[in-house]
Amino acid sequence: MPGEAELRLREHLSRLSRMRLLGGARLSGELKRLQEQLERIAAEPTDEEIWARVKLARDEDRPYTMDYVARLVEDWIELHGDRLHADDPAMITGIGRFDSRSVVVIGNQKGRDIKERQRRNFGMAYPEGYRKAMRAMELADRHGFPIISLVDIPGAYPGVVAEQHGQGGAIARSQALMARLRVPVVACIIGEGGSGGAIATALADRVLMQENAIYTVISPEGCAAILWRDSAQAPKAAAAFKPDALHCLELGVVDSVVPEPAGGAQTNFDEAAMLLGASLQAALDELYDIGGDDLRRQRRAKFRAIGAVRAATRV
Amino acid sequence: MEKIDVSIEHRHPPEPDGGKPHPNTCPKCGSHYREDELETNLRVCPHCAHHFPVTARTRIQQLADDGTFDEEGEDLRSDDPLEFFDLRPYTERLAEAELSTGLGEAMVIGGAAVEGLQCELAVMDFSFMGGSMGRVVGEKLARACDSAAERGVPLISVTASGGARMQEGILSLMQLPKTVCAVEDLHDAGGTMISVMTHPTTAGVLASFASLGDVIVAEPGALISFTGPRVVQQTTREKLPDDFGLAESNYRFGHVDAIVPRAELRPLLAKLLRIFGNAG
Repeated sequence: MPGEAELRLREHLSRLSRMRLLGGARLSGELKRLQEQLERIAAEPTDEEIWARVKLARDEDRPYTMDYVARLVEDWIELHGDRLHADDPAMITGIGRFDSRSVVVIGNQKGRDIKERQRRNFGMAYPEGYRKAMRAMELADRHGFPIISLVDIPGAYPGVVAEQHGQGGAIARSQALMARLRVPVVACIIGEGGSGGAIATALADRVLMQENAIYTVISPEGCAAILWRDSAQAPKAAAAFKPDALHCLELGVVDSVVPEPAGGAQTNFDEAAMLLGASLQAALDELYDIGGDDLRRQRRAKFRAIGAVRAATRV
Repeated sequence: MEKIDVSIEHRHPPEPDGGKPHPNTCPKCGSHYREDELETNLRVCPHCAHHFPVTARTRIQQLADDGTFDEEGEDLRSDDPLEFFDLRPYTERLAEAELSTGLGEAMVIGGAAVEGLQCELAVMDFSFMGGSMGRVVGEKLARACDSAAERGVPLISVTASGGARMQEGILSLMQLPKTVCAVEDLHDAGGTMISVMTHPTTAGVLASFASLGDVIVAEPGALISFTGPRVVQQTTREKLPDDFGLAESNYRFGHVDAIVPRAELRPLLAKLLRIFGNAG
């Protein structure tokens, strides 16, 4: 089964090996470990391994958006507020320098301790969060800054006020804005890519996914509650809809898998950031020379082609 | 002699199907109708104005001029990309849905005329797997956008959907950006999209193309919410307002342009087609 997916992964790793690091050093020291990871990733995950990935993706010690920003973005300035009503702490937006270029960064942010978790609503954005992200995207488009979007959200917040403030419409319009952008956009699923709340900021030219991240249409618990009428069947549901990086790569949902330190990103933030930074840089390098109109045409064509069906026959 | 309480009989009409109310019994006021009565009333309760669900075929009959509907993409069928199996295989659910609805998928698209004005219709059917959006629904909506752009006519989408189809996993989620990109392509071509939200328009469909209409109207009493009331209640333990997520609440909060009773929908769409159709 590896086939094409493995080839893409190998190509990605070989690209990584040729790349300069932020500081100018080479990745050579990491290569051996990357080779081992390749072998690990390329093997078809079992149901248990898929569930282990779900747990790793949700690991409370996993690096969040701000951990990566601190390690990868220079001259960082966080921007606050949607200029309409509120500032949603579950959504981070800001400007800074990455790979010696000015960039806009958008990212979901969970909290580390109980207090911060509550303040950031466990990373679940309100419509205000998506409007804040859209404000940052418009800024990027105006100034020609590339956009880096880090996705790590259990799901858009399912609350009364969120509905009253237009959760569904905000997610739709955030995607519509991304489909209109004339600047390079790279997204990476760095933890939980939870359904509509995730795709709202992931309509990008290149979509990357960390080795132990998950990308789902509904949470495994939600799916189990509906289809099995028992949320305890979540591991079964996860195995059925295959939310892991390799399957997403195979289905053409993501463009490449970003390796993590052995044992998962939570074991070594610096190494995880270095690997993510190299992948983001490689993805952006492919986009800088493409004109704005072509970028957006290609971006739309890419998403219109994912999982496309032809006149199929049912057996 | 024993008295017979007629009012109670009226409020609790016969339930022949083992507790399940008859489809022609109004769930709101309990009135019961013959099929032809409901049909002439556009499947709206003449007594309390409750809007009964409408299949895609009936909706097209109600909206399009006789004989003008020209279906596109009717040969499209879902396969089973994940070999999904919950309590039953996905392929079995698909086959059953096709048998019971006579439809190939949860959306029907095609060209039509409304009061003599040309348009493209994309109509969803809740009775096909809860109107869920998988790859075929996404593809049909995208084709409807292209067809509308090509012919220079407005697209009218009529949604009725529980959201993305779980059985196609992440590929269903990818129908959100896919349909959004298709609508953006239509808008770039100078085209118009009119979104009619009917009961229910929720989750993935609300969070994608349905919310991108140049004009958005809703049927009275339709549930229009990203997350349904049951899940909101369970996750947040919040007390829900009585009109949580209903069309009326969405209107109050500024998310839809108008609430349109079914009998007024066709004349309103004709008016919109006269306004927007000139561009084509």
